[in-house]
Amino acid sequence: MPSERTLKLVAIGTLAGIFSGLFGVGGGTVIVPLLIFWFGYGERLATGTSLGAIVLIGLLGALAQGGLYGNVHIATGLLLSIPAIGGVVFGTAIQQRIPQRAVSLLFAALLVAIAIQLIIP
Amino acid sequence: MDELLAALIALLGGVAGGLVGVGGGVLFVPALTVFLGLTQVEAESTSLLMIVLVALVGAARQQGYGNLNLRDAVAIGVLSPFGVLIGVVIANEVSQRALELSFAALALYVAYGLVRRAWRPQT
Repeated sequence: MPSERTLKLVAIGTLAGIFSGLFGVGGGTVIVPLLIFWFGYGERLATGTSLGAIVLIGLLGALAQGGLYGNVHIATGLLLSIPAIGGVVFGTAIQQRIPQRAVSLLFAALLVAIAIQLIIP
Repeated sequence: MDELLAALIALLGGVAGGLVGVGGGVLFVPALTVFLGLTQVEAESTSLLMIVLVALVGAARQQGYGNLNLRDAVAIGVLSPFGVLIGVVIANEVSQRALELSFAALALYVAYGLVRRAWRPQT
């Protein structure tokens, strides 16, 4: 019988995959709150671990879309990744200098923005 | 000009990703469709490539700061394909509007939970 922790990991992975399959995103919006609520992770550990999981989830999606359907614009994606990578280095650096609860509040604001975007047809 | 705006939004997507631990696709997809003229499917696919690179660098930085549980991250990532299959099946069975509204409700509920938790005396 697998432990409760294992079952929760299975649930998070599956839910993140469902979200990714439905909306074409990485799944971080699901992973971060569940790691906080179910595992009692601090916000920094939750966001760091979420990014690690997203590498694998995004890789599978990108390989499927690029390999099977040829939908990935590789040159455009690589060029646009340069400012995006600069941004993530900056974002993680700022995150170490603000209180963890501020990260929670920022995440809540992101969720409200997503909800509004989904509600407006 | 459009290329500059796309680059600026990509930069913001990366900052958001680093701050709250998401890949940034929420911003990458509109940058690719609105400013660079990709179709929705091409944008979502290209966004996935960007998400991989951004998440890889972000996760490496967080590991340096001591904020990465590699075992849990790998477990979640490896288990996700089953969820993707379920998601594709659901997307074909349930109306898109019902999905959007139920996820909006869920997002608001989780946001409420996070705010309530952040308000408690010690986290």
